[in-house]
Amino acid sequence: MSIRIRGAQRPDGTTTDLYVENGVFVGEISTGSIRHEIDADGLIALPGLVDLHTHLREPGFEQSETVLTGSRAAAIGGFTAVFAMANTMPVQDTAGVVEQVQSLGDRHGYVTVRPIGAVTAGLAGEKLSEIGAMAQSRAQVRVFSDDGHCVSDALLMRRALEYVKTFGGVVAQHAQEPRLTIGAQMNEGALSSELGLAGWPAVAEESIIARDVLLAEHVGARLHVCHVSTAGSVDVIRWAKARGIKVTAEVTPHHLLLTEELARGYDSRYKVNPPLRRDEDVLALRAALADGTIDIVATDPAPHPVEAKDCAWDEAANGMVGLESALSVVHASVVQSGQLSWADVARVLSGTPAEIGLLAGYDAPFGLGSPAHFTLYDPNATRRFATSDLRGKGLNSPYLGRELPGRVIATVHHGHATVLDGELVDAAVVSTEHSAAREALNG
Amino acid sequence: MRHLLSTKDVSREEAIAILDIAEDMAGVADREVKKLPTLRGKTVVNLFFEDSTRTRVSFEVAAKRLSADVINFSAKGSSVSKGESLKDTAQTLAAMGADAVVIRHPASGAPKVLADSGWIDAGIVNAGDGTHEHPTQALLDAFTIRRRLHGAGARGKDLAGVTVTIVGDILHSRVARSNIWLLTTLGATVSLVAPATLLPVSTDGWPVSVSYDLDAAIDAGPDVVMMLRIQAERMNAAFFPNAREYSRQWGLDDERAARLPAASIVMHPGPMNRGLEISAHAADSPQSTVLEQVANGVSIRMAVLYHLLSSGVSE
Amino acid sequence: MPARSVLQQADIARALTRISHEILESNRGSDDLVLLGIPTRGVLLANRLGALLPGVPVGALDVTMYRDDLSKNPTRVPSPTDIPSGGIDGRTVVLVDDVLYSGRTIRAALDALSDLGRPRAVRLAVLVDRGHRELPIRADFVGKNLPSSSEERINVRLAEIDDSEEVTIL
Repeated sequence: MSIRIRGAQRPDGTTTDLYVENGVFVGEISTGSIRHEIDADGLIALPGLVDLHTHLREPGFEQSETVLTGSRAAAIGGFTAVFAMANTMPVQDTAGVVEQVQSLGDRHGYVTVRPIGAVTAGLAGEKLSEIGAMAQSRAQVRVFSDDGHCVSDALLMRRALEYVKTFGGVVAQHAQEPRLTIGAQMNEGALSSELGLAGWPAVAEESIIARDVLLAEHVGARLHVCHVSTAGSVDVIRWAKARGIKVTAEVTPHHLLLTEELARGYDSRYKVNPPLRRDEDVLALRAALADGTIDIVATDPAPHPVEAKDCAWDEAANGMVGLESALSVVHASVVQSGQLSWADVARVLSGTPAEIGLLAGYDAPFGLGSPAHFTLYDPNATRRFATSDLRGKGLNSPYLGRELPGRVIATVHHGHATVLDGELVDAAVVSTEHSAAREALNG
Repeated sequence: MRHLLSTKDVSREEAIAILDIAEDMAGVADREVKKLPTLRGKTVVNLFFEDSTRTRVSFEVAAKRLSADVINFSAKGSSVSKGESLKDTAQTLAAMGADAVVIRHPASGAPKVLADSGWIDAGIVNAGDGTHEHPTQALLDAFTIRRRLHGAGARGKDLAGVTVTIVGDILHSRVARSNIWLLTTLGATVSLVAPATLLPVSTDGWPVSVSYDLDAAIDAGPDVVMMLRIQAERMNAAFFPNAREYSRQWGLDDERAARLPAASIVMHPGPMNRGLEISAHAADSPQSTVLEQVANGVSIRMAVLYHLLSSGVSE
Repeated sequence: MPARSVLQQADIARALTRISHEILESNRGSDDLVLLGIPTRGVLLANRLGALLPGVPVGALDVTMYRDDLSKNPTRVPSPTDIPSGGIDGRTVVLVDDVLYSGRTIRAALDALSDLGRPRAVRLAVLVDRGHRELPIRADFVGKNLPSSSEERINVRLAEIDDSEEVTIL
């Protein structure tokens, strides 16, 4: 299977032709007919995007999303790998479940699915899960997280950091002090008081991060902070990095663009955990992404069935989908402002997340012999984002009706196309081509 | 006016118009035939997701005095599965042909979600949503103050220059919020007194002054002191150590009530915890407007229903 | 086309004087009479008639809540209803209004009266009767009959609240 891409602009600004054969980048096509000939004039070629924080909902919540639908949503967003969070049912806390999720991803073939292992059994926050078994399983889990819940017990967090270090992994913390956020609905401030919605104070996130970076320092472990949402958290992380603490951090696209003002109409599409915050927080997060205090963008998509949002705010589920819109939102929030270049985008959405998650194949993008994971993006397109742009099961996007820049035109995973001409390649084709690619890899 | 969801959205002119209409409605209670035919043929639904006999009965009396038909629909929101209660109920009411829905709901914003949803084409009256607003309570409070101040000559007047001090659990009080916006719109000056734990962490942009000291507030001689009920059902622990300390610091006891100027009035939205936030003596004194507030509630709710349902012109 | 004046200040005064005599004649005196004006200008006219009929109590009867056309217009704010202390039971109520047209306002006034008590009789005094009745209602005392087409507008201005005193037709 070979692909020729003509005239693509790489993140470093150079325009070049790209050649893919048998799953890797090559200098020229050696034999046979070319499967796909893509004219990439005007398009930007980015390395395949890697989402370190995704919820695929399968097993257990297939009415919200499945590995297949989530993979398709990821592919149309330009992603070639996703790390699937552990809050499934059963929870991803044993070798069996993580291997199952990984193999589902491989079978469908749209993206590489790397399951994340729960830190605590059943996400109950009481005792450690079978971290070693998961690390040594076929899924080779390296990222562990109780996301959805905070590992709030200080002793348990310390043990988790140490134990995960034993297997060369990293704990990704959902920083939310539970005692300060009982019944919380939106960012705590003058607006939450006015609207009569229980507040989620910034300090509930910042205090956990402050504690965790010091724990990580003390035991010499790596720490990753999920979905940073406040200016105060940025300050803590910056301080920690200056001290040499091995902490990495992620921000979601929606926290780079949207603020709490959207809660005014009580439209629960804007209800998310951690909540949308103030203008000052959005600006601090953008600056932090630009200066490297925040290392990556991760989407944290939370698909929900319609009835989970079609109700009063208090009763609505938390979260917004975001795989399909992530690149456009990053484009709108930090590229158009000049804070990030396309090379930076490649770094925060591909290279660094792969590095943190210890995912191979993304360290030399477009290099000869490197796995062919990439996406072609048209930065000049604009679209009024609509449900027709979504590919997962969830329709709870906060961008519906909003003008967003850019569009993914093609995505290639392990040298086979998952998106062509702006549309997903048929699932049966992807599945077949992916098996062939994997066989070629292994054989 | 299509809906009454919050007093924040009510202009000074609209507020005075409602208070003036309520003046006429008040007169109906004194007639032999305590009815007006104005809303004959209209159906008003009381949709109460929270227990409240007082407010529901008040709306029911108001609707019936205007000859409307009343349906009482009581749904305990917590026992119905998430998300289905409000939407399904609203669509059922729409199928029944409700012209107005009076809704009380434990979730802030539920009336607005209902009004914006398109599930039902009726006028929506917010009878209390979570800790957000209780607009008819504020309107009846403003009406009570205006009447005490101006008597028979109250028609057309606002509350310019009136000083109002609201005392109690501001953090969880929708009555406080609705009063803050409405009384300020009508020209009054509002101040809040509570321990810091019962005040919102930020009142930036709120048109109020804030203090922790009730005695100082009393000595400033406010025209109106509005006591809020300490709501056991909404509180988690640790807002204050115990009822005794709360009462000693922020209760309107006999001694504080005696220090109020003779012309000042003492208000309470009810139901009262006699002996906790307000002494029995203060509650029953001539300065107390508690019973008038109840009576005025019916007049105000008649005025609101009339305002929402008598007009065919959409705004 | 400019408005045509059909009644000037002196005409209005003469009409009211004549009406007051007619009321007394028809009632055989002033016993048990009550004048109730319909806001806004009916009240002003009732007050003037009251000045011409000493001893006769004067009040106001607002009919907004009894109208049959509420849903066709923006919300109307009612005016006060003021029934004199002697009440209306057993008395002869003379309703007073400025213009009688379709008759619906008077129909509403009759409904309002029946919720307030039981008069012995109800009479109607109007300054102008312009025809075009939609209900079987007639005035007992009329200042001026003014047949008009429904396209024409009749305007009553009274010195107490307007800047002149006249009745015009346009």
